[in-house]
Amino acid sequence: MCKQCPVVDWDAAFATIESFGGVPAVGGVMSDLIVWYDRYDREQKPRVGGKNASLGELMMADLPVPPGFAVTVEAYQQIWRNKTLADAVNAELRSIDHGDVRANRATADRIRALIEAEPMAPEVVEAITDSYQALCTFCNVDDLPVAVRSSATAEDLPDASFAGQQDTYLWIHGANAVLAHVRKCWSSLFTDRAIAYRHQMGYLHHNLSMSVGVQKMVDPVCSGVAFTLNPTNGDRSQVCIDASWGLGEAVVSGEVTPDNFLVDKVIKEIVSRKISNKHIEMRLGDDGEVHTVELDPVRANQPCLSDDDLRNVAALARRAEKHYGCPQDVEWAIDRHLPEGFNVLLLQSRPETVWSQKPVSPIASAKDPMASIVSTLLAPMHTKSEEKTEET
Amino acid sequence: MTDRRFPSPFEVEPPEGDIDGWEELYPYSVTFSEGRREYEEARFWFQDSMHWGWAMTPWDSAHLEYAIASLSQFNSRHYRIPPADGIDFRVLYGYPYFSPVGVDPEKIEARVPEFMERAGHYFMNWDDLYANWLVKVKENIDAIDAIDFSPLPEMEDLEVITSGRGIGTGWDIQQQYHQFKDLCLKVWQYHFEFLNLGYAAYLDYFGFCKQAWPTIPDLAIARMVAGVEVDLFKPNEKLKDLAHLAVDSGLARVFDSPDDVAGIAAALGSSDKGKAWQAAWDDAADPWFNFSSGTGFYYFDKTWLDYPEIPYAFVRDYITKIEDGVDISRPIEQVIAERDRIVAEYTDLLLTEEDKETFAGKLGLARTVFPYVENHNFYIEHWTMSRFWRKLRELGAVLAKEGFVSDPQDVVYFRRDELDEVLWDIYSAWAVNAPSAGTTYWPPKIEQRKAWIDSFSKWKAPKALGEPPEVITEPFTIMLWGITSDSVNMWLGSDDEGAGITGMSASPGVAEGPARLVFNADDIGDVLDGEILVAPITAPSWAPVFPKIKACVTDIGGMMSHAAIVCREYGVPAVTGTGFGTDKISNGDMIRVDGSAGTVEILS
Repeated sequence: MCKQCPVVDWDAAFATIESFGGVPAVGGVMSDLIVWYDRYDREQKPRVGGKNASLGELMMADLPVPPGFAVTVEAYQQIWRNKTLADAVNAELRSIDHGDVRANRATADRIRALIEAEPMAPEVVEAITDSYQALCTFCNVDDLPVAVRSSATAEDLPDASFAGQQDTYLWIHGANAVLAHVRKCWSSLFTDRAIAYRHQMGYLHHNLSMSVGVQKMVDPVCSGVAFTLNPTNGDRSQVCIDASWGLGEAVVSGEVTPDNFLVDKVIKEIVSRKISNKHIEMRLGDDGEVHTVELDPVRANQPCLSDDDLRNVAALARRAEKHYGCPQDVEWAIDRHLPEGFNVLLLQSRPETVWSQKPVSPIASAKDPMASIVSTLLAPMHTKSEEKTEET
Repeated sequence: MTDRRFPSPFEVEPPEGDIDGWEELYPYSVTFSEGRREYEEARFWFQDSMHWGWAMTPWDSAHLEYAIASLSQFNSRHYRIPPADGIDFRVLYGYPYFSPVGVDPEKIEARVPEFMERAGHYFMNWDDLYANWLVKVKENIDAIDAIDFSPLPEMEDLEVITSGRGIGTGWDIQQQYHQFKDLCLKVWQYHFEFLNLGYAAYLDYFGFCKQAWPTIPDLAIARMVAGVEVDLFKPNEKLKDLAHLAVDSGLARVFDSPDDVAGIAAALGSSDKGKAWQAAWDDAADPWFNFSSGTGFYYFDKTWLDYPEIPYAFVRDYITKIEDGVDISRPIEQVIAERDRIVAEYTDLLLTEEDKETFAGKLGLARTVFPYVENHNFYIEHWTMSRFWRKLRELGAVLAKEGFVSDPQDVVYFRRDELDEVLWDIYSAWAVNAPSAGTTYWPPKIEQRKAWIDSFSKWKAPKALGEPPEVITEPFTIMLWGITSDSVNMWLGSDDEGAGITGMSASPGVAEGPARLVFNADDIGDVLDGEILVAPITAPSWAPVFPKIKACVTDIGGMMSHAAIVCREYGVPAVTGTGFGTDKISNGDMIRVDGSAGTVEILS
């Protein structure tokens, strides 16, 4: 019996969360139970957890992540309305001897089994099923493969994700499977490691709560990386884009030479384009396995991005740069299923590290206008020879 | 650079036909000659087909000589441009060849303080000097208009007697001709008073942009500077206004046959609304329709004022667009807002406050000098030159009256110094009241000269002559003609089979369509909706054709060439400075123009 771990008072823990008025979403409905990423705002952070909130934040910054929705902590709260479940879990928690790792693992397994066996309230089942269906309709795919991710939330805890020990399940398709994995995410609050961590840190179990994200698996027609500067000369007015057919792994592993483009950030011109022979494509099967496909020479030598898509990818990278306030190295994809206008996706964004680290100094010799004009006349720019664009 | 060279000016394959003695068309000082052979063969000469793409008559050449001497004088003697003296020039079989003259490297440094003081004065006082320039140029136009080339009278007015004037109209016409020539040289002095300084400031700003954003497209640099209310665009804007007025006044059908100038005048005169339209036209016409259908450098360039069928046809095209519901207006607020956005975003990309300040300064100076760079073309090449050619034809009418030529226009086949002798001949024959020599001396000569020019116009002038330079560093060759080491290489390699057509990415976008080759202003009416205009160069007065075309390809010209500016204005893709576009592309070829990459592809 653990004296440190107080009895979980779930009702008290959730009493502070206000109800939320629903608005129409990507074909789905916002409600107390569901928050769509593209409709997210910061007030909803406490009900969707850290991971979902960060996805919502990106959408707010017009950095489209794969579409989806958060099942709020409200849904999780429902299961604890059943006193029998609460009593049974509390009993298990009280029984824990934190010195006995093996026994604790068994206890944790039992708690998770209890949670996963707990029937969901009908309105929760309906909300999740309807939302999943709306996502399928939006993507025009039956039984759309999705990622189901846990997104823990904790009042006043900076490290909710550690305290919650989150799980992620990929390639889930069908409403029943989604429901089952939502339960698994809920129960993942009670792995032995999570329980032990909370114990060590002195956190209350009932201060933790669990939201779940349901998000379309990306299936890229083409994908790649984008730098928000020209990596060959540090020019910050350009976005440099590498792109190839299918999954980005082909490029990362070096099996394919990608198409390379430079797009001007301001006037949105495609400054240069080098189209390569992209002889293979890595593609996802329905099973979520990666298959390598040989491409016919025509497709292999086609540019894998249209000019419009190029500008969209460049604009996405530029928004990421503005959002994070420094040059970015962005992974992006153009999704096969999403409708035009919604199909350019941000997969990841990290700070660019090479040019950004260089010391900044003003452009030399420019200050005195007359002296500068003299030096210009003495060494004029060879407008044509220096800025030759690559021919396609 | 390859080890190949361009033909020596002395070994070029001459035009076909009997051209013996052709040199008499031009002053002895502008033809290649044995006396300077060693000097001339050692130099690099490029053909200026951007301004003078057609074989020149003596008077066409006179303007070239005035222009290039004036340009040179400002570099070498006024502003002391540190590395550049003048541009040496020759005429070979009717075509001009230029060779920039650099300054001895040891003397460059001594010129720097001289340049800074002199050019600095102009940069510091640019707006005032430019305002004064406009006054001077208009005075010069008035002075040309005031030149009196009346035929000599049977008898002097009594007033000449009673006033005790003591000299007569024979003296006057010779004096007026001397003055006329002086005014012409003055035009060209004014033309270059600001131009090279303007380009230098622009180039300095351009260079800063290239340092700050090494891969920035040239057209982004140009767009940040481009003027919004440009005098050079006004003639075209006035036509749009007149087209709107015609539609609003129920006069649209009056312009259905633009060639019927008399019919249009009659139709307009028959109603109050028509008269009001005519009044609006007259109001716009002076000065804005002193607008040449060509570069303004040639006697055959037609002025809208004198050939209203040209602007009437454009009015008709605009009326059609308006009736089709097309918005032909130029959204000035939008243009300004877009320019401001571009400037703000590039500024935002600069990393230090100092850079932002420097950029603002250079952009400011570039914008200060740019109205001149854009507008001088209207004031000199169009307005002044239109008046000049009209006045020269008045002199031609005197020659025709005396039987020296059959057509007043033929006056252009005389060298300017020969006209002194001609006027002397006319004067003295008139004074003596005896036959002049010129009536038999000149007509066969003029016929022969016409035949020579005709041979020249069928000749394929080489792009360059002489020794190719290791590398082109002369600032004005690059700035004014857009000629770089790359273009020289391209010319050297132009015989290569299957070489693609490449040039400046002058206006972005990609378009496919049938090619329409246009070599002079008279063919501009042949251009059909949806065609791609392919021309040696384009002229400002062709502007109304740009809304029709899908893309534009020119042999000559850079980012700031007329075609580039107008195509960006209309959002039409353009590749300029291809060198050989008109040679490689034939009428009706399906071509693909990539104005972003600067490439042209012949599809079929």
